[in-house]
Amino acid sequence: MSSENQERATVSASLDRSSAKHGEEHHGNREFVRFVPLERALHATMVVSFITLAGTGMSLKFSYTPWARVLSRFLGGFQTAGYIHRFAATIMFCVFFTHLVSLVKLKNREYKSWADMILGPNSMLPTLKDGREFVQTMKWFLGKGPRPQYSRWTYWEKFDYFAVFWGIFIIGSTGLTLWFPVLFTRILPGWFINLATIIHSDEALLATGFIFTVHFFNTHLRPEKFPMDVVVFTGQMPLAELKRDKPMEYEELKSKGELHLHMAEPHPEVVVKMIRAFAWVALSLGFSIVIGIIYAMIFAYR
Amino acid sequence: MSTKHGGKTVSLFVDGKKFAPSVHGAVGCTGCHADLEGKDFPHGTPAKVKCGSCHSQEQDLYAKSLHGKAAARGDQLAPRCVNCHGNHDIVPVKDKRSAVAPLRIPFVCGTCHQEGTAVMKTRNIDQHDILTNYTESIHGEAVLKKGLTVAATCASCHTAHSILPHTDPNSSIARRNIAATCTKCHGQIEAVHRKIIRGELWEKESNVLPACIDCHQPHKVRSVFYDKGMANADCMRCHANPTLKAKDGRSMLVSEVEVAGSRHAKVACSQCHSEVNVSHNRPCETITKKVDCSKCHEAVGEDYGRSIHGQLTAKNDPVAPGCRDCHGTHGILGKTDPKSTTFPTNIPGLCSKCHLEGKKAALRYTGTQHNIIGNYTESIHGKGLLESGLTVTATCTGCHTAHRILPAKDPASTVNPKNVPATCGKCHNGIEDQFNKSVHSPSVSGTDKELPVCSTCHTAHTISRTDETGFELGVMTTCGKCHGEIAKSYFETYHGKVSRLGYTKAAKCFDCHGSHDIAKISDPRSHLSRDNVVATCRKCHSNATRRFAGYLTHATHHDPKKYPILFYAFWGMTGLLVGTFVVGGVHTLLWLPRAFQMRRELKEAEAKEEAALQAEAEREASNGSSEKDKE
Repeated sequence: MSSENQERATVSASLDRSSAKHGEEHHGNREFVRFVPLERALHATMVVSFITLAGTGMSLKFSYTPWARVLSRFLGGFQTAGYIHRFAATIMFCVFFTHLVSLVKLKNREYKSWADMILGPNSMLPTLKDGREFVQTMKWFLGKGPRPQYSRWTYWEKFDYFAVFWGIFIIGSTGLTLWFPVLFTRILPGWFINLATIIHSDEALLATGFIFTVHFFNTHLRPEKFPMDVVVFTGQMPLAELKRDKPMEYEELKSKGELHLHMAEPHPEVVVKMIRAFAWVALSLGFSIVIGIIYAMIFAYR
Repeated sequence: MSTKHGGKTVSLFVDGKKFAPSVHGAVGCTGCHADLEGKDFPHGTPAKVKCGSCHSQEQDLYAKSLHGKAAARGDQLAPRCVNCHGNHDIVPVKDKRSAVAPLRIPFVCGTCHQEGTAVMKTRNIDQHDILTNYTESIHGEAVLKKGLTVAATCASCHTAHSILPHTDPNSSIARRNIAATCTKCHGQIEAVHRKIIRGELWEKESNVLPACIDCHQPHKVRSVFYDKGMANADCMRCHANPTLKAKDGRSMLVSEVEVAGSRHAKVACSQCHSEVNVSHNRPCETITKKVDCSKCHEAVGEDYGRSIHGQLTAKNDPVAPGCRDCHGTHGILGKTDPKSTTFPTNIPGLCSKCHLEGKKAALRYTGTQHNIIGNYTESIHGKGLLESGLTVTATCTGCHTAHRILPAKDPASTVNPKNVPATCGKCHNGIEDQFNKSVHSPSVSGTDKELPVCSTCHTAHTISRTDETGFELGVMTTCGKCHGEIAKSYFETYHGKVSRLGYTKAAKCFDCHGSHDIAKISDPRSHLSRDNVVATCRKCHSNATRRFAGYLTHATHHDPKKYPILFYAFWGMTGLLVGTFVVGGVHTLLWLPRAFQMRRELKEAEAKEEAALQAEAEREASNGSSEKDKE
């Protein structure tokens, strides 16, 4: 049993204790634990930070639209919007570095080496298996084959994961350039600020558009999960869903007899409700921004 | 003894009895006929006698006079010495036998200046029946009937030798000299006229005051005693009556209190209401014209005549305002009196009588300015004047002038685009100089394109504080009116975008280019010239370097020639974006049918499956824990 699993077991045990306090109110089925609290917290923080960045940033990018002006005024004027944007960016950097640190800790705790972690079955890196699964998925989409036996991380989840890395690097670096133009132009030419503006803005458009449409659909709004998959916030999912979604992971855990280490009592209903409310707000804001972008780019472009 | 001269037989007889006692008796014949000196008899025709060889002073005056000039032109009608003075029988003027004795002068002059003579028929003299009128006048009566030799004859007023037309400023009857001429005899005349005028003004300011002859017409001076004078009291006999009405029903009441408090308190009624005639029972019944203020306010009158108001008045336009429409009548006050209609704070209200939207002038106006009074009131000038009470603020007349108002399209107008900088520069000292050196000045740009003037950016009547958000942000679109492309590209940059969001601290056109002193970037004086650009950036970016100043403030990613890097970066990013969305979108769309299918199947199986699995998991758990126990 890996130490990751041990940690999960500990987590589930603590969850057991906490739910035990609520006595007999919660008789729901025990659930599979997919994300640890830190991962959940990071995702939730990133959601807040990302939506904030998108909202404040788009109000500047599409400053020629009425909604941008209203939003800017709502946020307390452009200057305040700018402060908010940079504050949220700092949060995003924090999330990113916290995650990097957690990766190091994870490696130290559970793997012998980086290679062990990266080449292991739960690696986030794309593998040959992902390539095979992509082909199989296409066949499945076209009705020419069964659904692939996905394991813990599917290729589209890995894509989303690295999209964040890419985004942090591209948007973050150009963002810092725009934040400290005088400092950066000690080395870089003045026109680099113009270039950084374009890259920052268009990459942000890509990230925003992608997250609020494709990512929303792929992970939160898929019909079989409708109305919403909140596993990333609750950290838990019904076992049936695991078996259906990630059959290989299920089978593996089952064959190793480790499945029970990953089980926990479900959250109290009020917690789930609050999480759902939060998710709905995030989703609505995301969609609103997408609508705003579409309006700005198609109807108000000039 | 006689000779033929000019077709007439002229006697050449000289009466020795008359010559001997004449003033020239002692001079002898050759004293005057010098050319006959030493000639044998019978001598030829003597040359014309030159009186001037002895009477040089008189000769000089004569030569400059109307008569002398006519004679010099060879005018046959021009009188010479002999025509008035005679020849061999000249006696002193005081001798009553003299041809030019006071009592005879009217007849000497009358020889030519009476109706029917060649002079009156052929020369342009705007007095008629001169001799007749004079004879009936108080002067004529005194001279001719009463033999008063001190009474005025022709020469008393016109002088004997220096006769000049009244249009000649040196003439004794020129308007400004008349008072001096009359007071030669009428020494105490000021005392008699003191109710009408301060007498000394007649001589000092004769050009603006009625002259003697305005009331006492020349040649016709009546012998009536002017008991019915033209003092204000005489006017007030009627005009103090509140029920006094003109034919058209207007009240003719004049408030003495009002006049006394007015700017014209010391001006007599008749000074403005000229044309009065004291010989009438109602001296005012001879008035035919309205009061002409320009009699005194000459320069203002001239300006007014040129103004659009004056032009319309000249066309008898009923809408055109005259002096009284702005200044009032008897209660007129100086413009420094806060109660005056022309006191700065009252001017907008005054002009709005006609120029308020819907009023007569506004209805006729076809230009681009609307709601002028309303906008002005809200403008920086209007607020300065009406809210802060700054009487030095620009009012309507500050820009349009008070009396020389002309439409903006008139090149002489103070608000003609060509003249606007100078007009604004009257108060905004120094700005005009800056502007005249800027690229927007025609002399600098040398273009024939239409250039902006103050009002193009600041507007005319809606002018606001330049540090107001509205102005600061509005000026960018203002610049964009002419600099369309460059303004558009500005709005694509960070500065432009945040400005559009209402953030006033980001650099706007004038923050970098300057406002009144805008110069071409190639001009060393420009804020953006190589030497100045870093300092300009440092106004906001305190540590800016030259490299920082390389920021493209008007960059656009739509121009591959000018900004290739930005162009390709933009399209590269767009390609990435579109590619990602196509792949992601197609992936999602393909997924949809499967996802729905799954949903259907799972809904059915879900409950059953979950229960089964749950049981299985519990079994595994019990196995697991038993295994653990074994460990």
